[in-house]
Amino acid sequence: MNKIKCDCGHVNPEGTVLCEACGKPIEENQHIDGNDKRTLLNMRYDGSARRSQTYNKSIVDKIWSFFSSVKVGVWLIVIALLASAIGTIFPQEMYIPANAVSRDPAVYYEDTYGIFGQIYYQLGFHNLYSSWWYMILIALIGISLVICSIDRFVPLYKALKRQKAKRHETFLNRQRLYSETENVTAEEKDKIVHALKKQRYNVRNENGHILAEKGRFSRWGPYVNHIGLIVILIAAILRMTPFMYLDDYVWVREGERTVIPSTDGEYYIENKDFILETYDKNNDRFKEAIEQEGMVAKNFQTNAIIYKEIAPSVAGAEPELKKIAEEKIKMNHPLKFDGYTLYQAGYQLNEFTSMTFKVHETDDPDEKALGTFTIDLNAPKPEYKLDNGFRVVVDQYYPDYSLENGEPRSESKYPKNPAFVFFVYPPNSEQAEVSFVGIGRNIDATGENQYKLGVQDFELRDVSGLTVRKDYTLPFFIVGAIIFMLGVIQGMYWQHRRIWIHPKGNGLLVAAHTNKNWYGVKKDIEKVISGTNVEMVKDQQELDE
Amino acid sequence: MDNLISVSSTMLYTAFILYLIATCFFGATIKEKKDKGKKGIAGKIAITLTIIGFLAQIVYFITRWIASGHAPVSNLFEFMTFFGMGLVFAFIIIYFIYRLSVLGLFALPIALIVIAYASMFPTEISPLVPSLQSHWLYIHVTTVSLGEAILSISFVAGLIYLIRQIDQSVKSKRTTWLEVILFSLFIFIGFSVISATFNIADYHAQFEYEERGSTLTTDYQLPAIAGPNDGKLLTENAMEPLFEVPSWMHGANAPRKFNTLIWSILAGFVLYVLARLLFRKRIGAAIQPLLLKVKPDLLDEVSYRAVAIGFPVFTLGGLIFASIWAQIAWDRFWGWDPKEVWALVTWFFYAAFLHLRLSRGWHGEKSAWLAAGGFAIIMFNLIAVNLILAGLHSYA
Repeated sequence: MNKIKCDCGHVNPEGTVLCEACGKPIEENQHIDGNDKRTLLNMRYDGSARRSQTYNKSIVDKIWSFFSSVKVGVWLIVIALLASAIGTIFPQEMYIPANAVSRDPAVYYEDTYGIFGQIYYQLGFHNLYSSWWYMILIALIGISLVICSIDRFVPLYKALKRQKAKRHETFLNRQRLYSETENVTAEEKDKIVHALKKQRYNVRNENGHILAEKGRFSRWGPYVNHIGLIVILIAAILRMTPFMYLDDYVWVREGERTVIPSTDGEYYIENKDFILETYDKNNDRFKEAIEQEGMVAKNFQTNAIIYKEIAPSVAGAEPELKKIAEEKIKMNHPLKFDGYTLYQAGYQLNEFTSMTFKVHETDDPDEKALGTFTIDLNAPKPEYKLDNGFRVVVDQYYPDYSLENGEPRSESKYPKNPAFVFFVYPPNSEQAEVSFVGIGRNIDATGENQYKLGVQDFELRDVSGLTVRKDYTLPFFIVGAIIFMLGVIQGMYWQHRRIWIHPKGNGLLVAAHTNKNWYGVKKDIEKVISGTNVEMVKDQQELDE
Repeated sequence: MDNLISVSSTMLYTAFILYLIATCFFGATIKEKKDKGKKGIAGKIAITLTIIGFLAQIVYFITRWIASGHAPVSNLFEFMTFFGMGLVFAFIIIYFIYRLSVLGLFALPIALIVIAYASMFPTEISPLVPSLQSHWLYIHVTTVSLGEAILSISFVAGLIYLIRQIDQSVKSKRTTWLEVILFSLFIFIGFSVISATFNIADYHAQFEYEERGSTLTTDYQLPAIAGPNDGKLLTENAMEPLFEVPSWMHGANAPRKFNTLIWSILAGFVLYVLARLLFRKRIGAAIQPLLLKVKPDLLDEVSYRAVAIGFPVFTLGGLIFASIWAQIAWDRFWGWDPKEVWALVTWFFYAAFLHLRLSRGWHGEKSAWLAAGGFAIIMFNLIAVNLILAGLHSYA
């Protein structure tokens, strides 16, 4: 390493632009910060030696220089910005609405948005945020963050630690705020020092050379917030592992108990009741809005009981369970137990649980019941014997009936729209009549049936949909976010202000630098020099527009 | 109850008028400062009126809160109004840091435009759907809109900088872009003027149209230039649409919103042309002479400072509080919903702004253009994302 010794005697590392101690520009390095072309010094990192600006030989140097460039960093941010925006042009795959033409992305995008939709889909933008290139982009930003921060933090820290109160004259007169005063008395100087201290400046005096400094810690703000961002990115990576994060979904019917998925069969949930409330349309407050917009939901709630298995279940036997929680799970009020969280996420209203049918004579206008039977829709029996001798055989059962191309079928195994084909055997008869019965349907296949079946009664229940979550990465995100916020506040709401006073002959030179809020530091100086002969600093900034 | 609501709307109206008068006094400060020395009286009156107006708006906010039982930030009217209030608040803060009167001359009209724009949306008190029933509603919404308001002050200062600094003696790319920015402000005025006009005329046109198998009706409050796809006009004596919107445009009332957009642009264009005819020069060139006494480096400083103050507030409200709430309500703190993505886009943009400024020395004009870009993104997120890109936040 070619150390550089300054006139003041301080030995600087290679690549230093301004001497760490006295601030004198080191001649051969002025091009690095562009000082050779301006009158004012570039004070960005106090002219410290940054690795990226110093070495550029090996491949490592080149990679380091690439990622440590803010220009590259900003480009990465801009690309991420544009990519993110593109992802909102059409809905992402997970947001394809339930009532869409098709939830198959290959169909949906083209059908809904035409040729642009098709291109969007073919470019993979329907899953943009989980695409490999988007993740790589974010990872590159992460790398850039780390390298930029290390490249600047270390030398800046050293430079600020090693700075001397006594500065070279060129350093002062090439600051943005600068003034020269010919005659200043010792009393006036004392007064200034006193005023600086009163303004809570940290004042150092070296043989009459004064450095007043305030808010240096704000210089570390950017590095602190970058650490916060790194923590967040690491948390995001951890979240991709199943140990740290699990995401599942459970449908549970009213009155039923079911095992909670992804808990190794350890936990069970019972749905006591699902409640859907809407706002009263006569409510004084909201009457007008409800008239305009229609019904508005007020509450989705599952009254749930959580059980834990205390003894491993023997095959076939009921597991031994202990109640560990009984709670109302509502939107915005999830239920937490043993590291798991259950969220009210969906519902299905009015599923059938049982239906009661009656048999009557086809031409009886009063439809007087000759006999009735009840079918448990979750466990229909193959045959029902009625008291008066009728026998009903269940030939076909469609829990969720629909007609597709003339063929009856069941859309799901859940009794949302049950329908049956029954064989009805009158008393003492082996001759069956065929009847098709469903909700609002009663079809007599032959048209010659003597007896007819009708729905006399039914029972309904609701189904709750709950998300099951276990997320051990949340604390990392929280810590990352807190660090980030502290860093941003530290860097943004405080400023690093420095005022140098340099005796020269009978007078003195005053110069000042701040990393932001020049208006504020000018006001500080005005206060400090009031009542003295010292000239107010002039703003030498070149607005190079 | 009705009483409270009427107090509330009166207060909002009062605030609006006060801001309007305050703007005039801020205008007067430009002439006043010619004789140096004592601080202008006009400036004092202006800021006092602004503060009284702000207090009136706070009364609006509180009474509406009591009347509705929840923080009035739950629909587009309430949210935009609150954003206007945030703008005034942010302006007051910055004013007391820098005592820059000319900022008021531009910030208050923008707040006025925002409030006028807000009042064109349905103003009824609407009930909260379950996902919005949380304290995080007002913690998140107030912080994020305050953050965006402070960031907008950066645009205000940047805009003044651009008008002040751009060479208007020859037509250039820069003068054109500046006119584009000014024209876009005219569009908002156009929207308010045209909506108010047809509101007073009580214009209604009902359309019936099919969407995904269900028949919907929509009520146009402006004559239909663009009608719904395959729509049928139900109202008599109403204008038949000139054309129909393409079939891919759906979402809640998309055709009507698109029609409103066309009207706003047309009205804005007419107003803009009238203004050009009146001044006989570019709008930027017409305003420029008024700003000669403003120090550009102070404007630059204010513009940057507003970002420095607003960025952390925005991050806290728009990303962190938003995530916490999303985690509680929707079981995930981040879901790539369009509104979330646009908050991230805004954040990326200002992060780039800060890096360019701090490390690459983008001061002055470049920085002012960036501030304008940031404001465009904020407005896009406030308005377009709600109206065009439907998502969890499309409560308008």
